[in-house]
Amino acid sequence: MLKIRLLKDKIARRYMLGITVFCLLLLFIIGAGLLAKSIPVLQEKTLWELIGTSSWKPFKGEFGFLTFILSTIYVTAIAILIALPLSLLASIYLSEYASDRIKRFFSPVIDLLAGIPPVIYGVWGTLTIVPLIADKIAPLFVDFSTGYSMLAGGLVLAIMIVPIIISVLTEIFNAIPKDIREASWSLGATKWETVKKVVLRRSLPGIIAATVLAVSRAFGETMAVLMVCGNFTDLPKSIFDACYPLPALIANNYGEMMSLPSYESALMFSALLLFVIIVLFNAGSRLILDQINLKYHL
Amino acid sequence: MIGAKHPPKNAMEYLMDSKETEKSNAVKTNLSVKDLNVYIQDKHILKNITLAIPEKSITCIIGPSGCGKTTLLRSFNRLHDDAADVRVTGNVVIDGEDIYGKGVEVTHIRKKMGLLAQRPTVLPMSIFENVAYGPRIYGVKKRRQLYEIVKNQLVSVGLWNEVNDRLKTPAIRLSIGQQQRLCLARGLAVEPEIILGDEATSALDPISTAKIEELFLQLKEKYGIVLVTHTLRQAKRIADYIAFMYLGELIEFGTADAILNHPQKQLTKDYLSGSFS
Amino acid sequence: MRKLEEKIFKGLMIGASAIIISILLYILYIIIRKGIPSLTLDMITKVPSGGYYLGKEGGILNAIVGSLLLITGAVLISISISLPVALYINFILHKNSRFSNIVRLSFDILYGIPSIVYGAFGFMLMVFLGLQASLLGGIIAVSFLIIPIMVRSIDEVAAYIPRDLIEAPQSLGATRYETLKVIVRQLMPGITTAVLLAVGRGIGDAATVLFTAGYTDSIPVSPGQPAATLPLAIFFQLGSPLEEVQNRAYAAALILTAIILLLSFSARYFSAKLSKSKI
Repeated sequence: MLKIRLLKDKIARRYMLGITVFCLLLLFIIGAGLLAKSIPVLQEKTLWELIGTSSWKPFKGEFGFLTFILSTIYVTAIAILIALPLSLLASIYLSEYASDRIKRFFSPVIDLLAGIPPVIYGVWGTLTIVPLIADKIAPLFVDFSTGYSMLAGGLVLAIMIVPIIISVLTEIFNAIPKDIREASWSLGATKWETVKKVVLRRSLPGIIAATVLAVSRAFGETMAVLMVCGNFTDLPKSIFDACYPLPALIANNYGEMMSLPSYESALMFSALLLFVIIVLFNAGSRLILDQINLKYHL
Repeated sequence: MIGAKHPPKNAMEYLMDSKETEKSNAVKTNLSVKDLNVYIQDKHILKNITLAIPEKSITCIIGPSGCGKTTLLRSFNRLHDDAADVRVTGNVVIDGEDIYGKGVEVTHIRKKMGLLAQRPTVLPMSIFENVAYGPRIYGVKKRRQLYEIVKNQLVSVGLWNEVNDRLKTPAIRLSIGQQQRLCLARGLAVEPEIILGDEATSALDPISTAKIEELFLQLKEKYGIVLVTHTLRQAKRIADYIAFMYLGELIEFGTADAILNHPQKQLTKDYLSGSFS
Repeated sequence: MRKLEEKIFKGLMIGASAIIISILLYILYIIIRKGIPSLTLDMITKVPSGGYYLGKEGGILNAIVGSLLLITGAVLISISISLPVALYINFILHKNSRFSNIVRLSFDILYGIPSIVYGAFGFMLMVFLGLQASLLGGIIAVSFLIIPIMVRSIDEVAAYIPRDLIEAPQSLGATRYETLKVIVRQLMPGITTAVLLAVGRGIGDAATVLFTAGYTDSIPVSPGQPAATLPLAIFFQLGSPLEEVQNRAYAAALILTAIILLLSFSARYFSAKLSKSKI
């Protein structure tokens, strides 16, 4: 009886350890798999030819990823520039100023926004943001824009990542003990001064972590951007031009890529690029965060 | 990390040792501790504790907070096993078996000692299932038999009349005092030899405390009971034997009467007179 | 001066919050206004006829059923992987041990990996195994996506399990495995929340299933057949020149949004329950 119980215990532990180790390896398996598939194109071209040039003619064997890489970076940058200040302000309001009633109303809204799938944001973007840019915003600056543009991609992405940032930030602000604020108030500081000098300072690592999360999400987002950014392989010249981020490139060409081995390899290389950038970015920011935590004794 | 650092001795020697203590104190014992040392990280929490717990009586461990009472109690049950930074040396012998010996199966040891924690820890299941939990894992499957066990144990802790009409409700709905008695019943259902209580009444109101104390007084007919207690008054009310600890050392051990009325050591006198707490 | 700064920033904050609320309402408004007229009984009870891209008749039952089958499969696989991992790093190992923290870090990274990468990797794996785009392929790819979500959120609630509860079964002589069964009961609301979160993320993600699950007009009867899904029903049919087909996309968008709403509110309900039982 006891033997059977101990045997069960042993099996369960082995199983759990096995699964955990497998998951640890998964990161390497994905990386290695994508790398293996990218080797043909890496043998044909130098790394610089791949990421430093912008001529994309798969059927002539030219694979310059510069347009896609720059598009991804630009769209992400636009999204973060819009989303970060907006969500910072809103989450400070929600945790420091708003009444309980407003908080109770807001938090399900944020949850819901965070849960809406990218494809829905895409639908909404094509129905509202794209015509808005084509008819109202772009004419102020350029002669012509279809609306399917870098700006549209950035805006839709910004709206997508706002709730992600807010939900992390409010959690962090709420975790700061109340006495710290009260100490600052009792010294005569106003609410805003307290926020600026105490709350924001203390939550710096949290704010960085939230931004990292948002950047990762924006960087790899496929559907929402794909549906509104125009997908044109020329280098974009202004934010009203169409652009073509990496994830959209992969998504759009999945059908044809099997026809040409080097084409398939090139697309897998772009998946590898995304993977490597995200992994390095996340691991790097973790290192920086640990440093900050050490420094401020948080 | 856990295990005797000393050269292994056989179990009989410990039995002999405890027999010696028996002679001097004229009591029987089935749980004894020899040269027990516990380190947490670099801190030496328990220093060379040697103690024989008398059977069929209540032993209270008293002392100021931080003196290692709870650590001692937990090492009886090998509950330090999970903590990576805890090191235990020495021997705890129950029924002639060193529980820190090689190849000793810990579940088998723990079954012999029921533990009552500070706050009641009901399992997330019904009242019935809580008491039936232990018997079930030891292979009792028949509904009828389980029901008998549950009923007997609930009767023995005086809970049967209060809950027999709602055995299926979640145990968390009971009052705190009832929950603690349920935990006691759950511990008794695996037929232990010893009951360990870690400030088991500190979270309870006076009436519930009185009920639990009354139960201990009844239960000592059958079990050895070791209580870590935070109030001297409780020790005065129910203890047969008292162990006084200070800064990780066992200062004095003896019958309640001896310790309370004729303490030998100055530290014990000071503690009892309230010079420090 | 200080008063003014206070006022300006307070105004900005209220403005930012108001913008966010109105955008959400606007999104919901657009999705509902476009979706409601198309949401007929046929839409949710029939599969498309004459091809999903060009046929004007029929509905999106194929996508509804496909998505439900796919997410059910993916949740079953991921729970049997993520629960053991979360339990292992919290209760078998010490929860702050070095190994546990390495596992946590790697899941944080896995969590950040874009769904399109999982899609591409899943596709590669399928080619490697000789599988075609199918329900099974989609299930595997979506599992990759949602396992990190589940591990992270179960790991979070596991931190709140009091040590006493772990010790109580152990002091009765339960083995570690038997103790885990009790812990799982206590974790149930947390696990439910994790599953709901994962379902929400998995059911709405298009990029993972794009290469792996395929798309078809019919309802799959075996895991080896391709399966339509709601996000792809929206993506593919929105691109059609025919208004009838586009309407199917809008209806699918409304249904998907409704599912997300429902999941979001149930998740709130369960996490409220969780915080009550923490005490």
